[in-house]
Amino acid sequence: MTDARPVLTMRGITKRFPGVTALSEVDFRLFPGEVHALMGENGAGKSTLLKVLTGAYTADSGTVELDGAPVHFATPLQAQQAGISTVYQEVNLCTNLSVAENIFIGREPRRFGAVHWRELRRRAAELLARLQIEIDVSADLGTYSLAIQQMVAIARALDVDAKVLVLDEPTSSLDASEVSELFRVMRRAREAGVAIAFVTHFLDQVYEISDRITVLRNGRLVGEYLTADLPQVQLVKAMIGKDLEALERLEEPKEKASAARTQNQRPVVEAVELGRRGSVAPFSIAIHAGEVVGLAGLLGSGRTEVARLLFGADRADHGRILVNGEPVTVRTPRGAIAHNIAFCSENRRTEGLVGELTVRENIILALQAARGWARPIPRRRQDELVAKYISALQINPPDPNLAVRDLSGGNQQKVMLARWLITEPRLLILDEPTRGIDVGAKAEIQRLVVQLADGGMALLFISAELEEVLRLSHKIAILRDRRVVSEIANSEGVDADRIMATIASGAQES
Amino acid sequence: MTLTDSTVAPQTPSGQPRNGTDWWQRVLHYRPPQRYVPLLATAGVLTTLYLLGRANYPRFGRPQVVLNIFIDNSFLFVVAVGMTFVILTGGIDLSVGSVVALTTVLSATLLSHGWPAYAVLPLVLAIGATLGLGMGSIIHYFDIQPFIVTLAGLFLARGLTYSISTSSIPIRDPFWTFMSQERISFGRQSITLGVVIALVVILVGIFVLGYTRLGRTVYAIGGNEQSALLMGLPVARTKVAVYTISGFCSALGGVLFTFYLPSGDPLHAVGMELDAIAAVVIGGTLLTGGSGYLVGTVLGVLTLGLIKTILNFEGTLTSWWAKIVIGLLLFAFILLQRLVIARRR
Amino acid sequence: MNELLKRLTGHRLFWPIAILALLLITSAIVSDDFFSITIREGALYGPLINILRYGAVLMLVAVGMTLVIATSGIDLSVGAVVAVSGALACFWISRLDDQNSVGGVLTAVALALGLSVVLGAWNGFLVAGVGIQPIVATLILLVAGRGLAQLITEGQIITVNSAPYATIGTGYLFAFPVSVIIAAAVTALAMLLTRRTALGMLIEAVGGNAEASRLAGIRARRIKVLVYTFSGFCAGVAGLIYSSNVRGADGNNAGLFIELDAILAVVIGGTSLAGGRFTLSGTVVGVLMIQSLTTSIYAMGVPPETSMLFKALVVTAVCLIQSPAFRAKVFGGRRWAARTPRAGEPPGPGAREPGHRVEVRA
Repeated sequence: MTDARPVLTMRGITKRFPGVTALSEVDFRLFPGEVHALMGENGAGKSTLLKVLTGAYTADSGTVELDGAPVHFATPLQAQQAGISTVYQEVNLCTNLSVAENIFIGREPRRFGAVHWRELRRRAAELLARLQIEIDVSADLGTYSLAIQQMVAIARALDVDAKVLVLDEPTSSLDASEVSELFRVMRRAREAGVAIAFVTHFLDQVYEISDRITVLRNGRLVGEYLTADLPQVQLVKAMIGKDLEALERLEEPKEKASAARTQNQRPVVEAVELGRRGSVAPFSIAIHAGEVVGLAGLLGSGRTEVARLLFGADRADHGRILVNGEPVTVRTPRGAIAHNIAFCSENRRTEGLVGELTVRENIILALQAARGWARPIPRRRQDELVAKYISALQINPPDPNLAVRDLSGGNQQKVMLARWLITEPRLLILDEPTRGIDVGAKAEIQRLVVQLADGGMALLFISAELEEVLRLSHKIAILRDRRVVSEIANSEGVDADRIMATIASGAQES
Repeated sequence: MTLTDSTVAPQTPSGQPRNGTDWWQRVLHYRPPQRYVPLLATAGVLTTLYLLGRANYPRFGRPQVVLNIFIDNSFLFVVAVGMTFVILTGGIDLSVGSVVALTTVLSATLLSHGWPAYAVLPLVLAIGATLGLGMGSIIHYFDIQPFIVTLAGLFLARGLTYSISTSSIPIRDPFWTFMSQERISFGRQSITLGVVIALVVILVGIFVLGYTRLGRTVYAIGGNEQSALLMGLPVARTKVAVYTISGFCSALGGVLFTFYLPSGDPLHAVGMELDAIAAVVIGGTLLTGGSGYLVGTVLGVLTLGLIKTILNFEGTLTSWWAKIVIGLLLFAFILLQRLVIARRR
Repeated sequence: MNELLKRLTGHRLFWPIAILALLLITSAIVSDDFFSITIREGALYGPLINILRYGAVLMLVAVGMTLVIATSGIDLSVGAVVAVSGALACFWISRLDDQNSVGGVLTAVALALGLSVVLGAWNGFLVAGVGIQPIVATLILLVAGRGLAQLITEGQIITVNSAPYATIGTGYLFAFPVSVIIAAAVTALAMLLTRRTALGMLIEAVGGNAEASRLAGIRARRIKVLVYTFSGFCAGVAGLIYSSNVRGADGNNAGLFIELDAILAVVIGGTSLAGGRFTLSGTVVGVLMIQSLTTSIYAMGVPPETSMLFKALVVTAVCLIQSPAFRAKVFGGRRWAARTPRAGEPPGPGAREPGHRVEVRA
């Protein structure tokens, strides 16, 4: 299956940005017909390495060889023409154009100098059919889900006869069935001899699909391994380089917290038949002080929608919300905040942080907004509070005057958390707080959740990783297809299989 | 296992006709593809205005009235075509009016110094294109916002115009006189050569936007410039090209303007960029880029022209009412666009 | 020393102030008495004073524009509001039996400012309430407002002969021109409002990331309505000063293109058109620069029509110098901070720029 000679060799790659060295003497090689996982924490340099490979960045030093010949790409177009195709995490296609056009743009079939639309559509449909994807190719790409958009991106990449296919975190927003689809396509490509570089945070996926693993840490190469020869524990150790304690805690299922502790209290926040047409069917859920309620379900099942309704980010058209037993109107985020409900969105960049403002300003933003513009928080108090949370959450670098966009993903997540913790909420809603951040920070945030609950806060915890939900929740609400189908206490005997079964059986009911 | 997406209704009429009643139901429930709704709205307003005119003024129904709209706005059509290209990429060109004026004054001055028409024409067109090229290059390669760069272009062109001449210069060149007076007649109606040129430009524009790689790249850039770049599209070339096109169209518009009003005057075309932008907006193109059709712009120019025509017919109302009416119309269209987009979600 | 120099030149106000200084010095070289200030009848005179006086109108408009731009918006209608404000005031005064009555003048001023505020709020409503793009929303008033001004004046130029009204534009208080004092007061008010309260930071948040601001509980709508209303107010005051200066109202020409100059001043001063961080002191420098340019040109005996050309050149120069991309390409590839994003993250599009939005967030 694998050739003796690598199709791609990168040697001694170094790349510096103002204030930080992203890559330092990194080697990377790809053999044809293999899936090669590139792993590391945030800030390790994975994305940077890929961007050097694909011509989006130029390395400060080092060489890149394709098929044995040295190459230098000044633009992504050059890399593409040389046979290196990339599918990025944000699916860099144009959603205002049709599916067919997205696949072929830049290489449209032409007749007498003009774009031949019918041929374009025919070829697009054919290509997608070969990958067993059946969609209307003349519809705008934007009308389809992210998963479909990703498949279209891959179809485009494959169609240009790529020697090397680079996938930058393609599975972050996909549910299990979509991931299987993606892997099916990847295997097809592998059989055809394509060399696939695959960046991901998901350990299970790495072991499922990859042949080889390269680990980066802090811009340096830690090692290249054969997947079959590398136990999970060692992989994580290579990635985070910390001691195994945090690791072991992650490996063993945590002691399931008892659900009985909250039974006799009045719920802090209760939703009664809360729903919104087109968003999620009316649901009822009660969250008590000191309780962590987890939301489990596939992508698109409505978990974020539930959270947004509780926070007033979306307006409910059905049902009501009770805070401490009293009915309240929560129709806007402002309303929710006034009742001490906080919401940490899953989209850090678009819905969370204001990039050019400083860490300090981002942290106090919600608190200040609640006070109104006319009552500024005194500067000294700001500094106090900010310093307190920077140290409590170990935000790094601990400089409150840095622009928040200069921080790594994990630290940005912590700034977001600080913003909401500072408002001292009764109910904290966390939507995918550990997505896209490194293993070490993940563990910290999970520890924090337990700590907060122990301290009396009510938490609603959403995560695509069932293990996380199982580890942390006292109670789990299971969603399918925009509807809460079941709510179970997280007691003995509840495991991932049980939840998946509930999701599956939920489907048969309809 | 196949991967399908069931959360979106495809853009086709709903339902399967089983018998006559269902066919009628299909007609009632017909929804045109959403991407065409703004165009249809503009066409609807245009038609309504026209019918209003016909109802109120006896001589409004003559075909020449419509043809006159084309004649009186031939230059605006051309300028608006260039503006559409720029706006589709998500940019804007504030310099068009000033380039028109520059073209008129430059042509008039050169002609009055004895330059032949066949030398003046290519020169002014080249100058317009070069100005556009310059602005486009600065916008792309130095990553400065189009609003500011073309604003500087506005000042530059208008300033150059003033430094060439501060007063009106008549054009008496025989070629120009021919072009401005010649008419092509069909029966009792006639159009000018300027209209023919404008129509050619429009058709070329439609072809380029719909059927060439350049045109499709324009839409891609407007949709997501970063993606277009990462997809390997020639973003730099295309962005510079659209501003060059706009500069060329402005110059050509200036030439057509002098065919219409044979004089060069630094006060010509003041605010024409606003007319062009208004036409593009009314035509359904989004100022954010990536969405819209050239046909829409054509309808937009026609709408503006029709309003002025109606006001002319009305006689008693003066030019400031035109402004207020156009303002209200813009408001109505923008509101409509907003509703369409809101429904799309 | 090197460190100090680097910090000095790195300050975002450095280049605008430097160019301003250059302009002033050049003018002083060309015309000897450029820096001379004389006092006559308890009032200051001189070219420098003229710069301040003539710049007062632009200063007011630009201050309002700064806050609007900071919310990722833009206000193209300010010129029209300038015209409407002056038109209404002069219309009222011209109808008074005694044009010199202070009460009548005050009523006229109140009416004009009231209408300006309403027009500003209208813009705010369109942008924040209906959700229309600012360029498009204010375009409406740009067109319709000019028509309104012309309607009030009926296309003519209304002249007024009112001593109280004239002091707004041409009077002196404590030796300083009243118009300058008014402009300075409004500017100071804006600075206090934004920096002594949390308003400045909230404006920057709204402009930086509107959705994040909403989810953080910021009343973005209110803030947007506030800044557009304030912009209308500033334009109204500017309109009064302008029409008081010319002792009349010209619906056709008052405030023509002033929005362009104001936007220029804001950008030169260092506030980005994309919104977010703003600097009122930068705007002040920007206005002074534009006004000095005009005045210097006049002092140098260059025909005023060519001032446009000079404006174009100066603006281009300042914008180029401010552009990190330009600096990197021309002065060397070290400080290539603009385009290349933080290591580890994909190159983010300039997703907040009005001209480059990825999502159609109408």
